[in-house]
Amino acid sequence: MTQPPREIVNLGNIAKAFGAVRALAGVDLAVAAGECVGLVGHNGAGKSTLMNVLAGTLAPDSGSIVIDGKDLGRRYDVRVAHQHGIRCVFQELSLCPNLTVAENARIFHKSLTGFGWKRRAAGLIAAKLDEIFPGHDIQPGDTVGDLSIGRRQMVEIARAFTVTDEPLGLVILDEPTSSLDAVTAGQLLGFVRRLVAGGTSVILISHMLGEVLGACSRIVVMKDGGVVAGRPAADFTRDSLVAAMGTVVEAHDAPAAASLTAQRQGSVMVKARVKIQPDDRAFVAHRGEIIGLAGLAGHGQTKMLLQIYAAATRRDLFAEVAAPIAIIAGDRQTDGIFPLWSIGENVTIRSLPRMVRHFLIDQTAARAMAAEWHRQMRIKTPDMDHNILSLSGGNQQKALFARALGSDAEIVLMDDPMRGVDVGTKLEVYERIRQEAGAGRTFLWYTTETDELAHCDHVYVFRNGIIVDDFPRAELTEARVLRASFHEAA
Amino acid sequence: MLQRFVNPRLLRSALPALSFAILLVAIFYTQPRTMSYFGLNLMLQYAVPIALATLAQMFVITVNDLDLSIGPFVGLVACIGATFLYETPLLGILMLLGCILLYAAMGALIHLRNLPSIVVTLGMSFVWLGIAVLVLPTPGGKAPEYLKALMSLQVPLVPFPIVAAIVIAVVVHVALMYSSYGVVLRGAGGNPRAVARAGWSLLKTKMIMFGLAGFFGVLSGLSLIGLTTSGDAHIADRYTLYSIAGAILGGAEFVGGRVSPVGAVLGALTLTLAGSFLIFLRVSPDWQIGAQGAILILVLALRALISRGEVR
Repeated sequence: MTQPPREIVNLGNIAKAFGAVRALAGVDLAVAAGECVGLVGHNGAGKSTLMNVLAGTLAPDSGSIVIDGKDLGRRYDVRVAHQHGIRCVFQELSLCPNLTVAENARIFHKSLTGFGWKRRAAGLIAAKLDEIFPGHDIQPGDTVGDLSIGRRQMVEIARAFTVTDEPLGLVILDEPTSSLDAVTAGQLLGFVRRLVAGGTSVILISHMLGEVLGACSRIVVMKDGGVVAGRPAADFTRDSLVAAMGTVVEAHDAPAAASLTAQRQGSVMVKARVKIQPDDRAFVAHRGEIIGLAGLAGHGQTKMLLQIYAAATRRDLFAEVAAPIAIIAGDRQTDGIFPLWSIGENVTIRSLPRMVRHFLIDQTAARAMAAEWHRQMRIKTPDMDHNILSLSGGNQQKALFARALGSDAEIVLMDDPMRGVDVGTKLEVYERIRQEAGAGRTFLWYTTETDELAHCDHVYVFRNGIIVDDFPRAELTEARVLRASFHEAA
Repeated sequence: MLQRFVNPRLLRSALPALSFAILLVAIFYTQPRTMSYFGLNLMLQYAVPIALATLAQMFVITVNDLDLSIGPFVGLVACIGATFLYETPLLGILMLLGCILLYAAMGALIHLRNLPSIVVTLGMSFVWLGIAVLVLPTPGGKAPEYLKALMSLQVPLVPFPIVAAIVIAVVVHVALMYSSYGVVLRGAGGNPRAVARAGWSLLKTKMIMFGLAGFFGVLSGLSLIGLTTSGDAHIADRYTLYSIAGAILGGAEFVGGRVSPVGAVLGALTLTLAGSFLIFLRVSPDWQIGAQGAILILVLALRALISRGEVR
């Protein structure tokens, strides 16, 4: 019998909540030396949060962190992680754009000091870039801000593998290939395989299932803040992985079949094309339809909505809009609410032009509108004159819905509006959207929750900024959405 | 070849030196007598305290903050220098050290409570001014002899203000742009999260930068009374805007940790010269501040044009 390989990391029952949202609900994860673990899951499954905990940048609410057999628990932070050879390449890049490549290497290594540090840093990063990405054209003296996004990612990856006085035990790669082309991505995966064979461990997070299946020895699947499957990679196929990640749309969530319209009809309200779309697939919305924009977060859905929104006021070559339009922001705090205003003012702002009398706002009309929507949306507040921040997140979102629905807009754009909204509010709003659509309003709904797509009449799936699939509700399955979202060139 | 010559990045970093040179040539042209040891000395003597205050501002800008209190702070240092430092040197030195620590504490407060720096420093500017008026209610006092001696130093061939400016610029440039910890300090302005994720303390970087700003503010105040030989609480009120303008003229950007110490010193020299230039053109003092603003806008417009080329 051979001895089982040494365990580098053992996370036990890690829990972490952000406010009311449970990001991690007691996760266990162990990584042995010389193992490449793939970590997959849908958006918001908790992968990045877990990796932040392991990298020491986020303290868990509870749970144990055992590194190299030592329980480090409460004293764990980035410094300790580095000392034990745990590094992380974060999803959003962690380079300083105002510094050069070599200077960024210095930021990473405390020991690069004293006379000649710049030369040593430059040599270190250049050697590692040559090793991982032979044929790259990055100079250590280049300012990072001048590099393309792909080259920045290469620098960040190479930097994580450079070694000075601290050991290299485990490297976490969070979506490392998202900005790399096929050749450099292949170079990276080849390097990871060589490294793992040499005894270093790697955790690979990727939406490219082929990469995970090809490079990893074991795959862990996360969903809703917990681990749902963990088996050797050989036991998975692409389809079984997708199945493990997904959820089945619950029957009671789906709307009554009566509202299903198989044939798309009515006048065209929005017609838009993606600039970089290779085929002639167009985005179309008819009167009274609810159109879903699906796919992984940040693959062009918001851009599409903003393009359509801009086309309503300015002529656009790629988009035509036939009626007044309103948008409901998903990121309430930055794009949605006016934090210093009252709830009533937040609701009426979109409709003020209607309520002007003698160049002044007709306060009676404004109050009447606020009161009307207070009732209609059942916003939980004793007084619409209270500050908007006195509301819970879900009720703030209701106020934003009231702003759009109370306006003259016949087309309503929704940019993932249900982020961080409780279930009760969601159900109320779903119902409301269906009513409004029945009355002739058109909704364009970008959502990252596959369950919500069940409310849409027609769904467009986006990947890398283009529309890759579209189908009516009758054909909607989560597997189809996931397959289109994760599809990659064979 | 031409492509290389009009490289926007190069052009941009050369802009502070270029605008300084153009202004200098314009002055020599309108008033040839300034082209002498004595003339340059006279024109640039107040450049030293302004350059020091500009560097103080630049340290704060490096970490994405803005210091609206540097002018009154320099005034306070001048008052302490003309009273306590002259009469009871030990107490004076302790007070100045205390001022620097207070500056570092201000940085800590801004970081820990996540406050906007302009609000905190605007508030503190009144505190500095208030203390300065308490220390020296009416203009007066006496500057220590060694400060006067230092500031009226006669260096052979090159006027003292130019020597001082070069020394200051080179020292700060090497420390901030070439030392290994200087990189961390600038990185904290470029991407604070990345620096924190690499295990550095952002509190420490902020305190160091504000502490350095305080230190250079003290140097600025002391060099100023070395020239004026007496103090006044309002002596440096204009320095706040001068220092911001100088740092920006010198190529610094309000966010992102992009700064240049050599550029900042050149920016301060340019601003000082702009004052003299306008006098030579017989622009009435009433219009001078406006005309200085016009020069500033001109240079910044040029920079914006170059940056646009860079994007393309």
